[in-house]
Amino acid sequence: MRVGKLPARKARILAVRYLGAGVVTLLFLFPVYWLFMISFKTPDEIYHVPPLWIPGQIQFSNYYVLFRDGDVLAILNSLIVSGVSSGIAIVLGTLCAYSLARFGTGGENLAMWIISQRMIPPIAVVFPIFLIYVYLGLVDGYFGLILLYTAFNLPYVIRMMRGYIVDVPLELEESALVDGLNRWEVIWKVVFPMVRPGLMATSVFTFVFAWNDFLFALVLTRTEVITFPVMLTHYFGGQSNFWAKIAAMSVLGTLPIFVAVSVMQRYLVRGISLGAVKG
Amino acid sequence: MADVKLSGVHKYYGNVHAVRGVDLTIADGEFAVLVGPSGCGKSTLLRTIAGLEDPDGGTITIAGAVVNDLRPRERNIAMVFQNYALYPYLTVSENIAFGLRARKTPEIEIRKRVSEAAEMLGIGNFLQRYPRQLSGGQRQRVAIGRAIVRKADLFLFDEPLSNLDAQLRDEMRTEIKRLHHEITTTMIYVTHDQVEAMTLADRIVLLRDGNIEQQGAPLELFEQPRTGFVAGFLGSPSINLIPATFRTNGPGAAVVFQTGGELTLPSAKARPLANMDGRDILVGIRPQHFSRAGGPLREGVVPYSATADLIQPTGTRTFTTIRIGGTDAVAELQAHDVSSHGERIDLAIDLNRVVLIDPASGLVIA
Ligand SMILES: Nc1ncnc2c1ncn2[C@@H]1O[C@H](COP(=O)(O)OP(=O)(O)OP(=O)(O)O)[C@@H](O)[C@H]1O
Ligand SMILES: [Mg+2]
Repeated sequence: MRVGKLPARKARILAVRYLGAGVVTLLFLFPVYWLFMISFKTPDEIYHVPPLWIPGQIQFSNYYVLFRDGDVLAILNSLIVSGVSSGIAIVLGTLCAYSLARFGTGGENLAMWIISQRMIPPIAVVFPIFLIYVYLGLVDGYFGLILLYTAFNLPYVIRMMRGYIVDVPLELEESALVDGLNRWEVIWKVVFPMVRPGLMATSVFTFVFAWNDFLFALVLTRTEVITFPVMLTHYFGGQSNFWAKIAAMSVLGTLPIFVAVSVMQRYLVRGISLGAVKG
Repeated sequence: MADVKLSGVHKYYGNVHAVRGVDLTIADGEFAVLVGPSGCGKSTLLRTIAGLEDPDGGTITIAGAVVNDLRPRERNIAMVFQNYALYPYLTVSENIAFGLRARKTPEIEIRKRVSEAAEMLGIGNFLQRYPRQLSGGQRQRVAIGRAIVRKADLFLFDEPLSNLDAQLRDEMRTEIKRLHHEITTTMIYVTHDQVEAMTLADRIVLLRDGNIEQQGAPLELFEQPRTGFVAGFLGSPSINLIPATFRTNGPGAAVVFQTGGELTLPSAKARPLANMDGRDILVGIRPQHFSRAGGPLREGVVPYSATADLIQPTGTRTFTTIRIGGTDAVAELQAHDVSSHGERIDLAIDLNRVVLIDPASGLVIA
């Protein structure tokens, strides 16, 4: 019987651990849960005392209002700005990273200098950029934001992709060069497939950086191209807050990130399992 | 098919002078092996021929055309790398077809050549697998298959077998040799393994510190080394080098060891040293030139009595360490010639093929 005791003790410890982890998880998930619930509630239910855990019925009128009034255009704007800027940053950044990794462009220092751009506090540069943008007429347009997000994401992409590219065995590229590919084909047919999981993860992060930016969007947009985080602030009024709209808009703004992260997860898992069965 | 000609090829990596003016001609269809110790510049030379490195001097000619300014893909060569360099995201058949697809070969032709190569290399059953599902030996076959299907002018190999275990290495070595007989393309093969060099090569090019130390047919290098380095590099176990002094006495001559004792040289070996009485000399005796004494001694074979120290049986032969001239030497004897440590053995040394080296210059005198 003494043998049986140990597993029982272990099981108890394990149960306590899971319980603790569960509690913490619930704690963290609660705001998300509450956000979703509010987005489905009627105004009465939102202000109900005591608070209602579950809305009486799932109804979409809060979302309907956003679509009716055209507020969802902010989501579309965010999608365009984030999508285009991270696409450009990925393409340009990967090519830069290839050059750094394979041709030693700029030596070891350039790579470090590039990433240091990322460490500048954004608030310190936002007003000079604002002034330049006013001068160039770039305020309140897609192009200005795309340019800015591309510039901000490039160092990150270069940094990450350089690491992935360095890990690609050089012989694979050399073999392809001997077999008849030119440099561009080598990048497309050898390097790209090898770094694909890393590239996907990096893409998701650049997208999320741009998606979540509030500071630049706030300063550099007016009425034409309002992104989702800025739109959200319009619902916080002096007298009252539009909780229903805030919740519905937040949910809409979170969905693309859910999608993006689930994509990344697939590639991360693949990347890991590829490494595991090697050899 | 192509001959290869290098003249005055230099290569620097920063301050490292990796290749120092190499002149080399490899005939059409020849199997040339570049061999030498680690860091002697074998890979660098091969990569320069491939166009993966730009030479800092000299010209490289393939099939009569200077290729210095051509990119690797324009040289019509195929290369097999040490780490196989297979694309992990492609199946075996896609890997083999990779170079053909890159050159826009018609799909029917691709399929034909892939199945031919697969047949030749015995990998027909793995064509739909991925490289990670293959053993090391199978992977290297795929890598060789990828080179074969290209039907290139010139094959380059950079230590293709060094990642394989000993038995597989022997097996693959035989296959590469057979392959060369079948396709008769010019091949340049880099290895640091002298057994591989000896068994595969039509011509061995022995490199040392970025220079060609000696080149020629395997047995030519083995039997007539130009320097002590060549004598020491080829042969396994390696040649025994014993310091001694040269003495003439009348018409004959002998080498006298510092610890006393001497070996009388056959006249053919003594003649080139006629006026070198008293000179220091390194006496090179290959382990194979020792044998158990028995019966009358042939001309040039001298008796030597020694104590067996370490005994290493390999099954067919037994390597025995003995003392000679104050130095440990290895004698390769028949399996049952010696049985126990400390045993007294009467040996015969065949001095007809002894190598006499000038210790100052490292050159072989006789
Ligand atoms: N990319 C490089 N940068 C700097 N030095 C290099 C580079 N590649 C090779 N070298 C140097 O050049 C010399 C020749 O190298 P190489 O790789 O040709 O040797 P090797 O004969 O192939 O040796 P091994 O048997 O170890 O492969 C060495 O001293 C090496 O350190
Ligand atoms: Mg090498």
